[in-house]
Amino acid sequence: MRDDAVTLAPLKQAARWRRAEWGFWLLPVLAYFVFPENLVLLSQIAITGLFCLSLDLILGYAGIVSLGHVAFFGVGAYAAGLLASHGFGNPLLGLGVAAASAAVLGYATSFLVLRGADLTRLMVTLGVAMMLYELANKLTEITGGVDGLPGIEVRPLLGRFDFDLYGKTAYWYCLVVLFVLFVLARRLVHSPFGLSLRGIRLNVARMPALGTPVNRRLSAIYTVGALYAGIAGALLAQTTQFVAVDVLAFPRSAELLLMLVLGGSGTLYGALIGTSVFMTARYLLSNLNPQYWQFWLGLMLVLVVLFARGGIMGGLRNLVRGMHREAR
Amino acid sequence: MTVIFDGIASGMLLFLISVGLSVTLGLMNFVNLAHGAFAMLGGYVCVTLLKRADVPFLASLPLVMIVVALVGVVLEKTLYRRLYAATHLDQVLFSIGLMLMSIAGAHFVFGDQQQPLVLPEFLQGQINLPGLDVGIYRLFLVILGLAIAATLELLVRRTRFGAQLRAAVDNPRAARGLGIDVNRVFTLTFALGSALAGLGGALGVEILGLDPGFPVKYIVYFLIVVAVGGSGSVKGSLLASLILGVADVAGKYYVPEFGAFVIYAVMVAMLIFRPQGLLGRALAH
Repeated sequence: MRDDAVTLAPLKQAARWRRAEWGFWLLPVLAYFVFPENLVLLSQIAITGLFCLSLDLILGYAGIVSLGHVAFFGVGAYAAGLLASHGFGNPLLGLGVAAASAAVLGYATSFLVLRGADLTRLMVTLGVAMMLYELANKLTEITGGVDGLPGIEVRPLLGRFDFDLYGKTAYWYCLVVLFVLFVLARRLVHSPFGLSLRGIRLNVARMPALGTPVNRRLSAIYTVGALYAGIAGALLAQTTQFVAVDVLAFPRSAELLLMLVLGGSGTLYGALIGTSVFMTARYLLSNLNPQYWQFWLGLMLVLVVLFARGGIMGGLRNLVRGMHREAR
Repeated sequence: MTVIFDGIASGMLLFLISVGLSVTLGLMNFVNLAHGAFAMLGGYVCVTLLKRADVPFLASLPLVMIVVALVGVVLEKTLYRRLYAATHLDQVLFSIGLMLMSIAGAHFVFGDQQQPLVLPEFLQGQINLPGLDVGIYRLFLVILGLAIAATLELLVRRTRFGAQLRAAVDNPRAARGLGIDVNRVFTLTFALGSALAGLGGALGVEILGLDPGFPVKYIVYFLIVVAVGGSGSVKGSLLASLILGVADVAGKYYVPEFGAFVIYAVMVAMLIFRPQGLLGRALAH
């Protein structure tokens, strides 16, 4: 038994908050004061960061490939949007309902996803997302189709903070939600549950021998990922007060994958860094030359896959390791 | 009846385009989402040949295949080869990147308008039988599709090259030990897959249209065919294309309000009941 305590030490070490992490979370607070004109972009980064985090949980930690993660984002956005357009404008209620509906869908579809290997998973997730897209596109009486949901009105947050034109409330709202969910995700991946997920990704065949119910774990994390994505969708609907079918469109899933790979999948900070870098680059580049943004996007993907598989986080890790070696 | 025939014809077109993907994805186990880009290239080469060089339509088809195959060989030797051993996710990301670049490239060279294609007269018009209207071009597609399916099936199952290919895919190390030049086999196979994509793209201009958005618009359909048909099975792809083609046309005809919903529902249902595909080999991973 004493041996256990010794071998668990590195894991506990990894679960502790480091100084660099506190520094990282100061950045969005600083950004609020440094770029007060770009609060809308900053909110978008926070929302997409949360969305990317949700994909990281299922892909980076559990190894479930998905081309249709946008399904849960869209369901969350529509849930919150529909609620707000029918007079229930309380933002926190909207978040709760969006999270619940995305989680239910995630749990239900997790059984489809668990069947088959990578390619089947890619296709089934894609198929589910496309079916939802077609539904939202055709049921124009409910969703408003391409024109968007009419009449979304979001009440003041906690009955006090109004969503203003400059997006101040929206920014703090997104940031706080992102931080809270990040802390929870961080606890989750360092818990025994999170470790068992990593075990499943690294060696599926061995985990049942250790007594891990593989399918139940995968379906649980898939549900959690869906819930996170649903909340991200709800945040988008509430802060922009607009939902149209493009929340369910395929390019969003593809971009999300790119952000995750760019930052480095399998690390929570990778998801956030990848999103920030990607969204900033898109903002700057599409100002320069909107038509050929796609070209740069494609080039980035190819280069990352060929030369930088660890993404930005992988690069940083190598850098830190190199410095340690120098110091020695 | 006409609905069924149109369904079969559009399924055949789907088969012609996606059989190339069935070769790269099914036989070489490479998830090439940029497949639609090769088809688009074929379409543009065909249109350019017809318009600029006055090449007749039928004569342009082999030229299209050669050009696209050459591009395929160059890309395979420089880029694709590095990723054969990579995970499916890496291959997906890489080929999405390539696809996006091809779209931007097509925008730059050809602009974003639809490209017109004028068919020769003997392929236009209809044959009217009692109870059935047969478009001549569609009939041409059906016959060509069957011919290509038969040729490929023979190539993979009955020839020496087919045997080498199957050996190289199943166990590259052992195949190399037996003196098979695995790299060459893969390059040739990739060229074959690209050529077929180009041919399908050229044939599809008339029915699907051609603009820079082509690779994204139809990639889902091609993937569905291969995933549903089962990896490495020409017959499976053919069967899957026909089912999907008929389901798609019938769905659009009888329940237009559901649109493309039907085709995705059919795909998900098929994948749930047969995760290895209709005629897929039960792979021992």
